[in-house]
Amino acid sequence: MRNLELYVHIPFCIKKCLYCDFLSFPADEDTQNAYVEALLSEIAYYGTKCRDYCVSTVYIGGGTPSWLRETQTERIMEALRRSFSIVRDAEVTIECNPGTVTDRMFFVYRRAGINRVSIGLQSADDAQLKMLGRIHTFDQFLKTFDLARRNGFDNINVDIMNSLPGQTAESFYQTLQQVLRLKPEHISAYSLIIEKGTPFYELYKFDAVKQQAGLQPVELPTENEVYRMTKLTEQLLAEAGYMHYEISNFAKPGFACMHNVGYWRRENYLGFGLGAASLMENIRYTNIRELYPYIEQTKHLREGLWQNENEELPATNLHASAERITRKAQIEEFMFLGLRMMEGISRADFEKAFGVSIEAVYAEVLAKLQGENLLVKRAGRIFLTERGQDVSNYVLAQFLL
Amino acid sequence: MSIDQSKIRNFCIIAHIDHGKSTLADRIIESTGTLTSREMQAQVLDNMELERERGITIKSQAVRIIYRAKDGEEYIFNLIDTPGHVDFNYEVSRSLAACDGAILVVDAAQGVEAQTLANVYLALDHNLDVMPVINKIDLPSAQPDEVVREIEDVIGIEAEDAPRISAKTGLNIDEVLEQIVTKIPAPSGDAAAPLKALIFDALYDSYKGVIVFCRVKEGTVKVGDMIRMMATGAQSEVTEVGYFGAGQFIPCDELSAGMVGYLCASIKNVRDTRVGDTVTNAARPCEEPLPGYKKVNPMVYCGMYPADSAKYPDLRDALEKLQINDASLHYEPETSLALGFGFRCGFLGLLHLEIIQERLEREFGLDLVTTAPGVIYKVHKTNGEMIELTNPSNLPDPSEIEYMEEPVVAAEIMVTSDYVGAIMTLCQERRGVYISMEYLEETRALIKYDLPLNEIIYDFFDALKSRSRGYASFDYELKGYERSELVKLDILINREQVDALSFIVFKDSAYERGRRMCERLKEEIPRHLFEIPIQAAVGGKVIARETVKAMRKDVLAKCYGGDISRKRKLLEKQKEGKKRMRQVGNVEIPQEAFMSVLKLDED
Repeated sequence: MRNLELYVHIPFCIKKCLYCDFLSFPADEDTQNAYVEALLSEIAYYGTKCRDYCVSTVYIGGGTPSWLRETQTERIMEALRRSFSIVRDAEVTIECNPGTVTDRMFFVYRRAGINRVSIGLQSADDAQLKMLGRIHTFDQFLKTFDLARRNGFDNINVDIMNSLPGQTAESFYQTLQQVLRLKPEHISAYSLIIEKGTPFYELYKFDAVKQQAGLQPVELPTENEVYRMTKLTEQLLAEAGYMHYEISNFAKPGFACMHNVGYWRRENYLGFGLGAASLMENIRYTNIRELYPYIEQTKHLREGLWQNENEELPATNLHASAERITRKAQIEEFMFLGLRMMEGISRADFEKAFGVSIEAVYAEVLAKLQGENLLVKRAGRIFLTERGQDVSNYVLAQFLL
Repeated sequence: MSIDQSKIRNFCIIAHIDHGKSTLADRIIESTGTLTSREMQAQVLDNMELERERGITIKSQAVRIIYRAKDGEEYIFNLIDTPGHVDFNYEVSRSLAACDGAILVVDAAQGVEAQTLANVYLALDHNLDVMPVINKIDLPSAQPDEVVREIEDVIGIEAEDAPRISAKTGLNIDEVLEQIVTKIPAPSGDAAAPLKALIFDALYDSYKGVIVFCRVKEGTVKVGDMIRMMATGAQSEVTEVGYFGAGQFIPCDELSAGMVGYLCASIKNVRDTRVGDTVTNAARPCEEPLPGYKKVNPMVYCGMYPADSAKYPDLRDALEKLQINDASLHYEPETSLALGFGFRCGFLGLLHLEIIQERLEREFGLDLVTTAPGVIYKVHKTNGEMIELTNPSNLPDPSEIEYMEEPVVAAEIMVTSDYVGAIMTLCQERRGVYISMEYLEETRALIKYDLPLNEIIYDFFDALKSRSRGYASFDYELKGYERSELVKLDILINREQVDALSFIVFKDSAYERGRRMCERLKEEIPRHLFEIPIQAAVGGKVIARETVKAMRKDVLAKCYGGDISRKRKLLEKQKEGKKRMRQVGNVEIPQEAFMSVLKLDED
């Protein structure tokens, strides 16, 4: 049986945050219900095609999955179980936004087999939350966290963000302290990225350029300040017993997010829902990104062939793109995804996957990066140094062939 | 078919830039029915993409027109278009050599300008009859009577019956055409004498080989003749002769004395054809070649390198092809530690440099790195030897230098009286030596200065325009060499000298230039993983320093739902940026940085 991960996308949000460029939008209950029906068809359809796989992780992400009625979430879980062989101790995560979850909902989630909750906090400062366009306060987060714990969730992630407009290392320290007090099993600590097409882009695009160039931005913290925040995160979380296992992710021992680790290890994954991405045996698919066409297509789901320049790939009428990942691209991904993890990549795995030694492909790059003190080779593994983590973009880009 | 010489008129149009030369050419072509108006595009002669875009004429162009005059006879007009910019005097000179007369276009509002005079003198040098035309009389500010007086006073040619026209609207073009018949002399020359034809232009065609544009002075040439280029000695058989339609070649039986046309002789090697050379018949050669044109030497040099070093042979081929019809372009191979293999190229001026650079990029699809332009310095060594320095990297050790000389130009600036002060200040700032000032009219002054050439090759035109709100016009010619205190300014990036960034500068300006250069480079060079000092040094002594700080953090955003393609795109973008960089030591320098010395005066 081959390993498979499942991702379910819920593209609905009560209100879009000002920095967010994910595929999400508000929707009324009828639309949500129609969407869930579409998801159920999609799940059932692929279930029949994946008899040879066993599912190790499920991730319900968004958007705001906790905005769905809990009975709908339960139906999705039931459909997944009916159509796929999910292993007994599978990691099953749902993303929740503070202020959208009730006691009853967490109860139903548990009953449905969900065993991990990921809560988007971003900041413990209410003024900052408001500035980000988030719909909740820090108090509401505390209540949500408490409800999750009381319903027996013993694997909780909290998302936090640094590099916010007006943020200093000191104010970020407060957020870290507040979160650590709750002892979540997992913390994701990202830097805010100013993405095109968001309201924040219009507000901070010039600042973002300045920040990147090492100059003095007006509202955004300087690169130096962001660097301090990152170091502060690493230091405080290490002291509190968290393992830094991926560039932006920290976990108590045994609580690394297996679903995300699967992405870095290039496991097979199937994405259900609007705009969802899948990777199946080195073919990458993305689903259509328009809601009504998506719902319509799920009513007549059928197999077809995706015509690329020089080959035809198996696909369905839900796909907006299908692309075979060439050997060259596989090698590149193996490196730039694998190296995101602190444990790095294994030489043996590389050889097993590609039939050549890693030096045969990357001798020059590896030597250069080692020389720059960004990379270490040790005990059959290759991984980033602390400095390499700080400038991972630079390092990872070197592995593009 | 033989053509009566007395029915041929070979002429060109000369004018100051923007006085309407190309527009008048268009009207002449149009009104003689060479093109129907449907085929007519504005400025038909300016067929290079670049010319149309900039609204200027770079290459000379020729066209043959049939005109039925009021005397009932048909005449053949060979019209040769000429460029107007000071950088292209050489081209003007070539065109003039093919003509018997010249139409002088003067703007009725602006009157005689610096370039008007320069072109008239060139025409008179070639013994051409000059026929003045007053253009743009439709402008509200037109003062044709004053301009007529000015032409007579300043230039000293009769202008009372000069046609007063508007080339734009077509007003009084008939008068111009009639005067071409009556005022421009017919060519002379014996069609039976040995062939003697002047090459005034050439271009390379991948099917026909080199196409030679020539003016037959004596004799006749036809298909099958064996011809010889007198300067290069190359011989070949004529495969086609013809004349110029508007934008096309029209084959004919023969070209005889007095005619202007082209010939193809399956000349494959572009170096065999030299503009200015004389074509003769190999079996029956003439005795003496025609006098060529005054050889024009390049004034400005810069290094040109292919951005992709594998494209070096392409750049060489492209330069070779451009040179066949632009003999003023010089080039020789050179190497740079920073930029690899390239060429040191010589140009007539900065506009010429820009045009060549753009033609290389557009017509030949090359991506170029260009180093800062410089002039030719004369370095007198202690051992008595003198070298002409075109590349700052080749400057001998200071201990071996007795003294150096730099080229100085005699500059004439015409400006309305309001801006005299501003222009004089500018000239002083550029180390100018005041010569004289005279008022041509109450409101217009002619200022003369001697200026070091290296002070005007960067941005003098721009500064002149901005400080006179566009009212100043400028012309210069090389006066000679003068002794000067010059030093080589070196740039060190991460403690390594970058040869392609060195330049020669007046000693007292070295500190200021060095400081600005470091500031500019600091902006151009992206941050690396380590700190990069940028230093300016003269003779090993650092005079200015800036630092590009090390990059501390560079991390990708959250990965959403396994959307790996997006991550890949970000990394690819990062990698793509690196391709446009040049590696010097362990520092990557963007190609633009090598030109940044040009922008030192922008603030």
